[in-house]
Amino acid sequence: MSYLGRRLIRAAFLLVGVSILCFLFTEMAPGSFFDEMRLNPQISPETISSLRSRYGLDQSLVVRYGRWLRSALHADFGYSIAYNAPVAPLLWSRAKNTLLLATTGMLLTWLVSIPLGVWAAARSGRMLDKSVRVASSLLVSIPEVVIAVALLAIVVRWRVLPVGGMTSMDDEGLSQWARLQEIASRMLLPTIILTLGESAIIVRHLRASVLEVLDTPFVQAARGLGIGRMRLLFRHVLPVAASPAISLLGFSLAGLLSGSLLVEVICGWPGLGPLILDATLSRDFYLVIGGIMLSALFMVGGNLVADIMLLACDPRIRTGALDAR
Amino acid sequence: MRAKTASLIVALVGLHLTLLLAGFVAPCDPGAQDRDLPYAPPTRLHFVDASSWHLRPFVYRWSAGPDGYFENKRQSFPVHFLTGGPAYKLLGIFEAKWHLFGVDEPARIALLGTDGFGRDEFSRVLSGGQISVAAGIAATLLALLAGSIFGIVAGYYGRLTDESLMGATELFLSLPWLYFLLGVRAFLPLHLSPARTFLLLTCVIGLIGWARPARLVRGIVLSARSRNYVLAARSFGGSDVYLMWRHILPEVLGLLLTQAALLVPRYIAAEVTLSFFGLGVNEPVASWGNMLSTLQQYSVLVSYAWLLAPAAAMVVTSVIYSILADTLHSRLEFRST
Repeated sequence: MSYLGRRLIRAAFLLVGVSILCFLFTEMAPGSFFDEMRLNPQISPETISSLRSRYGLDQSLVVRYGRWLRSALHADFGYSIAYNAPVAPLLWSRAKNTLLLATTGMLLTWLVSIPLGVWAAARSGRMLDKSVRVASSLLVSIPEVVIAVALLAIVVRWRVLPVGGMTSMDDEGLSQWARLQEIASRMLLPTIILTLGESAIIVRHLRASVLEVLDTPFVQAARGLGIGRMRLLFRHVLPVAASPAISLLGFSLAGLLSGSLLVEVICGWPGLGPLILDATLSRDFYLVIGGIMLSALFMVGGNLVADIMLLACDPRIRTGALDAR
Repeated sequence: MRAKTASLIVALVGLHLTLLLAGFVAPCDPGAQDRDLPYAPPTRLHFVDASSWHLRPFVYRWSAGPDGYFENKRQSFPVHFLTGGPAYKLLGIFEAKWHLFGVDEPARIALLGTDGFGRDEFSRVLSGGQISVAAGIAATLLALLAGSIFGIVAGYYGRLTDESLMGATELFLSLPWLYFLLGVRAFLPLHLSPARTFLLLTCVIGLIGWARPARLVRGIVLSARSRNYVLAARSFGGSDVYLMWRHILPEVLGLLLTQAALLVPRYIAAEVTLSFFGLGVNEPVASWGNMLSTLQQYSVLVSYAWLLAPAAAMVVTSVIYSILADTLHSRLEFRST
């Protein structure tokens, strides 16, 4: 378990580091939330400076960071000036939707890419493999913005799916089940966009690592013993081939979170994306910092999950055989 | 193999030359508005009129009717090649008036239609591409410069230097890039002159991206620094800087080239995403991102498919670069290891 313990300590250090980095960046910022107010002749400079001191913006960097740390320990993560409320509840109400999108996207990604990757590797050089390879390298190279805008154009043009928001405006009268259906149908497009981009990457890696494992002596031995093709692939090859792909999990989570930020803005999904974009545009620094911290937290959590899965999958980590490296 | 490489080079050179000479290739001034022709569909090239065939294509003018635009067939305008037109600055320096093609006034040729202000989408895709691709390339250079310096230093000196630098990369890699990008962008001024925005964007994108190349470079340097010829050069009294520059850097070059081909499209996408959100290059200067951002209105997205042209241009650029990256990867990196 010391393996996980070390990972946890590392994660904590990482989060503190990210927060320090954020505050260092705020030092660079030339403007603040109240800059727009300064243009308004009806607000006196005194009012603005009193507001600044009320939110602690006139303090030095160290003092501000100390205050922020204290509020972070109280699970507030600072105070949003635009919303006049603590940051954490604001973020959390949106983060649920982002997490819903990202986890669904991730599940779907793995559901699609594991069979495709294994299958393509098992039939390497044939039609299926070639088409999977071409499609995945095309999807990897096309930027997510383009995929999102193009799919949205198709969907909106032919009214395939409802788009925008989580539910329709008049969702009050709907039953629980109808609401769920509504949310699911609106979630479909963003999830598909996310899955397309992510699974292309995973399929490529999985295919490569399965191909590598297929060449090893133990697979040939297993084949010689007469183990069936399906059992061989999914019981014997996949667990070995999966471990490099699992260590990609954290990486692909980063992609999913970035992607979902983009997709949320484009599809109008009420997640973190639109909130942080608005905060960026209105220079609501604590909200932006909160958003960055939350994304870092997700990443750290995702990497921990990946570590646990690796621990379960790869006995070499349990026995410490890899620590020598 | 050779034919493939040749066509790749042709595509690369063609793409960049077209963008570099955008003023010459584009028939119109990318900023010139025509309030009478908002959202006009792409101009059709005709070869056949009522009487006969023509070798030289010609166009009709769009006229606004009760149900949209229709071609006004009373007068036809032949397309001229290498003709005079609106003045522009070639490569940003030379005053020039020559265009690859164009039609006589008052007709206009808009190969990809026009946007909401009646500006020629084709000319804007080209001049926006200049901005977006240049931003991508500049940011890549910056990221690779920073990444290779830190990576070489970390790998070469090892110990504490290595650990602190790699800790820093971990910090940068622990954030989803778009959150990071938005965050850093949030702390910088929103409204700037186009030139300063461009500079700022490339700096931000490049500085966020240094971490991954730095780690990759470090990996190679770790194995390179104990090679015999490096040890030999050190025993002759070569200084650290000399060793890094003369013996270690060449080992890394293959990786850097491959990374460059990988990163350019990614950073183009980063610039496009920021401009799409309204945080990057602003109107009236065109960039693929702010051109696409008009599509955030569903009504525009549905009705005017030709406004997706910048997206298509991005796809072409990204695909060319990713083929380049694959080619470089198989040629350079497998040879060196």
